[in-house]
Amino acid sequence: MRHLLDTRTLDKVTALRILDIAEDMSDTQSREVKKLPTLRGKTVVNLFFEDSTRTRISFEAAAKRLSADVINFAAKGSSVSKGESLKDTAQTLEAIGADAVVVRHPASGAPQTLATSGWISAGVVNAGDGTHEHPTQALLDAFTIRKRRFGADSRGRDLSGLRVVIVGDVLHSRVARSNVWLLTTLGADVTLVAPPTLVPQNVSLWPVRVVYDLDQALAEGPDAVMMLRIQLERMNAAYFPTEREYSRRWGLDALRLGGLPDGSIVMHPGPMNRGLEISSEAADSERSTVLEQVTNGVSIRMAVLYLLLAGERDEERGGDQ
Amino acid sequence: MSETLVITGAQLLGAESADIIVENGVIAEIGSGLSRAGARVIDAAGLVALPGLVDLHTHLREPGYEASETILTGTRAAASGGFTAVFAMPNTSPVADTAGVVEQELALGEAAGYATVQPIGAVTVGQKGERLAELGAMATSRAQVRVFSDDGFCVFDPLIMRRALEYVKSFDGVIAQHAQDPRLTEGAQMNEGTVSAELGLAGWPAVAEESIIARDVLLAEHVGSRLHVCHLSTAGSVDIIRWAKKRGINVTAEVTPHHLLLTDELVRGYDARYKVNPPLRREEDVLAVREGLADGTIDIVATDHAPHPSEHKACEWQAAANGMVGLESALRVVHQSMVQTGLIGWADVARVMSAAPARIGRLAGHGTPLEVGQPAQIALYDASVAGVFTEADLHGRSVNSPYLGRDLPGRVQFTLHGGVLTVDDGAVVAELRAHDALSERSESK
Repeated sequence: MRHLLDTRTLDKVTALRILDIAEDMSDTQSREVKKLPTLRGKTVVNLFFEDSTRTRISFEAAAKRLSADVINFAAKGSSVSKGESLKDTAQTLEAIGADAVVVRHPASGAPQTLATSGWISAGVVNAGDGTHEHPTQALLDAFTIRKRRFGADSRGRDLSGLRVVIVGDVLHSRVARSNVWLLTTLGADVTLVAPPTLVPQNVSLWPVRVVYDLDQALAEGPDAVMMLRIQLERMNAAYFPTEREYSRRWGLDALRLGGLPDGSIVMHPGPMNRGLEISSEAADSERSTVLEQVTNGVSIRMAVLYLLLAGERDEERGGDQ
Repeated sequence: MSETLVITGAQLLGAESADIIVENGVIAEIGSGLSRAGARVIDAAGLVALPGLVDLHTHLREPGYEASETILTGTRAAASGGFTAVFAMPNTSPVADTAGVVEQELALGEAAGYATVQPIGAVTVGQKGERLAELGAMATSRAQVRVFSDDGFCVFDPLIMRRALEYVKSFDGVIAQHAQDPRLTEGAQMNEGTVSAELGLAGWPAVAEESIIARDVLLAEHVGSRLHVCHLSTAGSVDIIRWAKKRGINVTAEVTPHHLLLTDELVRGYDARYKVNPPLRREEDVLAVREGLADGTIDIVATDHAPHPSEHKACEWQAAANGMVGLESALRVVHQSMVQTGLIGWADVARVMSAAPARIGRLAGHGTPLEVGQPAQIALYDASVAGVFTEADLHGRSVNSPYLGRDLPGRVQFTLHGGVLTVDDGAVVAELRAHDALSERSESK
């Protein structure tokens, strides 16, 4: 794997390979000594143009457990008018000798620009770009769904027949986009639930169903309900009238939680707005996978870095990876 | 005075072959077997002779943004594309909203000599949309401005738009509107549709253009004035213009070469060369604007030539500037999208790229037919060749062309501006021979 930029173009075989390697990585994380020597001598740069402590420390933990050297680069500015340009930042990292660049950027497509511009030779991992994609989040979500469903028997399995409902601000959500592509590639049946103002124009080509009524979607007994974070500033742009109305119509409250069938899980990428899109009852329930998602995130990111950096060596030796 | 030239074997508007004698800056004779002792002979066998092209929508960037383009480099680019006149948009620094700035631009154009530069004045002071600029002063200045536009910004306030339309009637002016509802396009990055949904780029809805055009044609009807719609880009906009013309409203419309050829599918790679305002639209829109141009709903093709330095394009999409250079490629793109598709012929090309834009802009001495006694504004185009468009085809200061690496037909072999060769055998002339012969301003208008 040269880069991981999106799940839109990630084929099923590669996706399953990442999930299965993450299973191996996960197994090593229950040992007393969690660190593996795999990426010794490799340098991973976490290039974050946007604050995201959660994602950054997850990638940092993943790289360190594989013995890579980690450089955290909190970059300021995202345009030529303020601060350093993406090109100059990239070329600086190239000069430092980065083997992989994990990039978080407020502009959709910035990781792709980085990967295709010729400014750097390092592999690029998209750690969230604007409102485009967040592929490792979707991978860890798929991993979590699979793990809850199949447990120790997860390896090699896809998500055929599983029904996933994604609820919230789809329009601005990179998590939603990455999950739509990945979960459907893996065979899951995906339903989006959102106020009509927060569904992109137009999603007619997406392999999903869109409904506006959360209760209708939940009545069908989904296997997983994924709640997306609502950003309160959306209210000011007339996407919905008030916090209270949003919460009432699209929030996962105790009543809706209680109506879910046995075995249904409740997911959230974090950070949560308790009391808005998700109630504390839901967030803290047995169904909630919120903390498992965080744990699994490290395994997924270890797998991705492994495939990017160790896999590359195989290719150089003429391996058949 | 310009030299005497004998152009032999040119196909007038792509039709019958004829010889043309150019003398003293005008077409002196058209016929067969013509010669003049001592005159240079240009073998134009097989070349299509068109009237010099006129671009109603060019950004020359001077004064203020000389890192992107200057009037000299921009008019060299124009000449290389077969243009003999360009209308310069006012979004310079300072904004061309006073007689002083438009006269400066006019003078710089005369000094450059590669093409006639006709300044466009801003509608509102600083293009801020708040109060009218001194339109009358620009109209009566030496630049004789007739076209006013806040291009880059929409004249959004309906009352200001109404007043501007009314006011310019006193000197036969026209308001060229950049139709874009600013509220519906806050933060907009690309056409709103299936591609923007996938790429996570904020959508630029067609209705943001169409609703302004609909409002403006009704305003133009109400006050009985003349409206020109810049770079319309959607199928819905074509329908509205068609309706307005049928109703007898005095409206003209333009389309850019890129909206005749390119679609929003190209944005998928986040290559900012494809970032432009209005954005590239869907295939259906491309087909609709082609049809509109062919049936006369759309009056002209204008380039919206918008040079930017490389650092404004070699960056993430959201941070990149809107705009593409287009003067050098316009005729070739129209050739590919409209002529090769059989939608229009060369006589129509002459109409939509020369006669009609000169008429809309009230520019004398340009857009005139290839007839004896007319000014020698001539482009000789080789329609039989084709090739990959490269940076070598660009002659301005910037290289933000969406066509680099694309196959395009044709090549401009010669351009005559007021009888002076600005492009000679495919190459832009380095030193013009007769600068002073080009100031036709005093006798025109």
